[in-house]
Amino acid sequence: MPHRAFFAFIMPSLLAMLLFIALPIVSVAVQSLYVEHERVVTEVETCAPFAGCTTETRVDAEATEKLRDAEPLGRFNGFGTYLDRNHLATAEMNAILTDNAGFADVASRIYNLPFYRALAFTLTYTFVVTPLAMLLGFCIALGVNAIPPFYKGPVIFFSLLPMIVTPLVGALIIYWMSSPQGILGATLQSLLNDSTLSLKSSAVLTWVTLLVYGVWHNAPFSFVVFYAGLQTVPHDTLESAMIDGANRWERIRFVVIPHLMPLATFVALVQLMDNFRVFEPIVGFSAEANATSLSWSIFNDLRGQVDQLFGSAAATSMLTIVGVVILLSPVLVRTWREFNRR
Amino acid sequence: MKKTAFFASAATIMLSGLVAVQAARAECGIEKGTVRILSNDFEALRLVVSEAEKCASATVKVSKNQTSEHKNLQVPALKINPAQYTVAVIANNSIVPLLNEGLLRPLDDLVAKYGQDLQPTQLIKLDGKVMAIAFMGNSQHLFFRKDILEKAGLQQPKSYEDVLAAAKAIKEKGLMQYPLAASNKAGWDLAAEFVNMYLGYGGELFAAGSAAPAINNEKGLATLKTMKAMTEYMNPDYMTYNADEIVKGYAAGKTAIINAWGSLAGGVIDPVKTPAEIADNTVLGAAPTVGGGSIPAAALWWDGFSIAKNISDEDAEASFRAMVHGIRPEVGQKHPALATWLTKGYQPGPNAVGVLATANGGAKPYPMLPYMGLLHSALGSELAEYMQGRESAEEALKDVEASYSAAAKEGGFLK
Repeated sequence: MPHRAFFAFIMPSLLAMLLFIALPIVSVAVQSLYVEHERVVTEVETCAPFAGCTTETRVDAEATEKLRDAEPLGRFNGFGTYLDRNHLATAEMNAILTDNAGFADVASRIYNLPFYRALAFTLTYTFVVTPLAMLLGFCIALGVNAIPPFYKGPVIFFSLLPMIVTPLVGALIIYWMSSPQGILGATLQSLLNDSTLSLKSSAVLTWVTLLVYGVWHNAPFSFVVFYAGLQTVPHDTLESAMIDGANRWERIRFVVIPHLMPLATFVALVQLMDNFRVFEPIVGFSAEANATSLSWSIFNDLRGQVDQLFGSAAATSMLTIVGVVILLSPVLVRTWREFNRR
Repeated sequence: MKKTAFFASAATIMLSGLVAVQAARAECGIEKGTVRILSNDFEALRLVVSEAEKCASATVKVSKNQTSEHKNLQVPALKINPAQYTVAVIANNSIVPLLNEGLLRPLDDLVAKYGQDLQPTQLIKLDGKVMAIAFMGNSQHLFFRKDILEKAGLQQPKSYEDVLAAAKAIKEKGLMQYPLAASNKAGWDLAAEFVNMYLGYGGELFAAGSAAPAINNEKGLATLKTMKAMTEYMNPDYMTYNADEIVKGYAAGKTAIINAWGSLAGGVIDPVKTPAEIADNTVLGAAPTVGGGSIPAAALWWDGFSIAKNISDEDAEASFRAMVHGIRPEVGQKHPALATWLTKGYQPGPNAVGVLATANGGAKPYPMLPYMGLLHSALGSELAEYMQGRESAEEALKDVEASYSAAAKEGGFLK
């Protein structure tokens, strides 16, 4: 294809990406470098029901507005927000690393910092759920591929259900089912003969529940892609493998898997990115006390209370993007090398 | 003959409809303007807003957006000119961002002109200017099961020490496995529990006259200790229950003593909405005192309305009059079970006993300080680990202060 035709085709989507993806990211990056102006506060008499009148601090909105008019973006703070306690916490990390009582102490103190706490769960979720969901999806695909055509439709539909259900709704359903009054929770209690067992009560069990939910929710995507891939496996190769005496496992190991490898890379890429942004299950499972993620931190900065911390949310967003880039870099580097080799 | 009768009745209906419209207009007395209301979404507010909507006429447009997301909409919606909403229905905490940004209009002249029915206690005054009109009060207070306590041989608990003793007795007698519940869900609810208890201990949240936090002290530690002691008698899932869910659990007969919102009391003591043996045995009381203190350990809240600054005077007048119509004394008098009204002539119903007892006991109001929201946020996320026994109380309070300080620096409140 000549370059001109290529650009004519790609231009509209390129433009849309620039407008709706690249520019907002730039604006978020700029935002993350600024913090609010110092508020001008005054002491005024406040009268309200129950309290009577007291002298309380108030923000002088007019004076603050003047500051804001002069510099609408806020006060330049450089990377201050990135380095403060609620993000990378460099000062706290320094203190922990220079003065500590062994590895366990370091780990627990780092885990006590909100950003690293969120990062710990986010990374665990990403690296546990991605391979397991891909494996489960692949197994379902193999299974579905082997059943008689008559049953395929309904089985595919049921296998896709976890993906069709809205993530938040799916999370809520599983959450209710796993509560001690729900079918899963009650069954577990009677199986393990422990009437106080609750999946929501401890950090470990909450993490396990979230991870299981993640695998359940993400498996259908891998299944769909792998199932489509299975249809393209060359029959000749399979047949010759059979003639050579390869059993089913050997055919999968030496014919199917190598054939699906490029697809697996693609699925892994998409799933890594998706899982790194894990958010809905935490809200759905009311798991904030035990598990937070980077996306949840951003949400909490913007929607947690009456105040909105735009700088803080922007900084976490940029750190998330950096995280995604780091996660994907091995794959990106490989693709780049292959491209250059050609 | 029949036809004439039909026409006559149709004419009567139409006439009476017309008269009703005329009456409504006469009642509100608004000539023209638009009223756009942004409000939270619960039963009492639905009533107030629907009453205000009755002021709609050919020349007066009334629209509403009732959503629990109102806190997230209000600042951007009122910042633009003209503002998207003319009325913001707010509470102690949600008025603060609007005040911080200076988006509300002083109401003195409107109160003087149209506020004859308002009580002086309803006016929220800042620096001598009326900035909001409160119309109902709310607080968390005691709900308990008389029958269960009687079976355990106990009286109404007056303090949290009593509550703990009662819980112990109920559990030991095998009456209930988990007699207590609290809204300890990490986030807003957990922080509200801390603020309640800490105010009950007589603590100050901030250093006097500054935004510096002051919770890392004896009272803060005692607060956390009491909160933790209660969890021993709670369902192990206690960190996942918010204020609504503990009431549901209570109404299902799973708990005996809870400290829940007064605005939910009406449903709990109503035998239609709650099983009769629970509804009839429920007693509402003041929030307990704590640690030998004399005031109930609960923050007092009010709900009210404010008028946006960035709108025309005509719309402001129409909005104010529509809202004053929505909270006119008859509304509170006719619906005493919906809320604890602050309006004139309100006769408290059985549902309001708890809130009134808490207020009369001298409970403190939830602070309206500009940086309170940030502290609330930090409390909500940093106390969760302590509540589950993963860190010490000292460390938890230190974490709250550090997290708050970082946010307050970003918000421009601390240097």
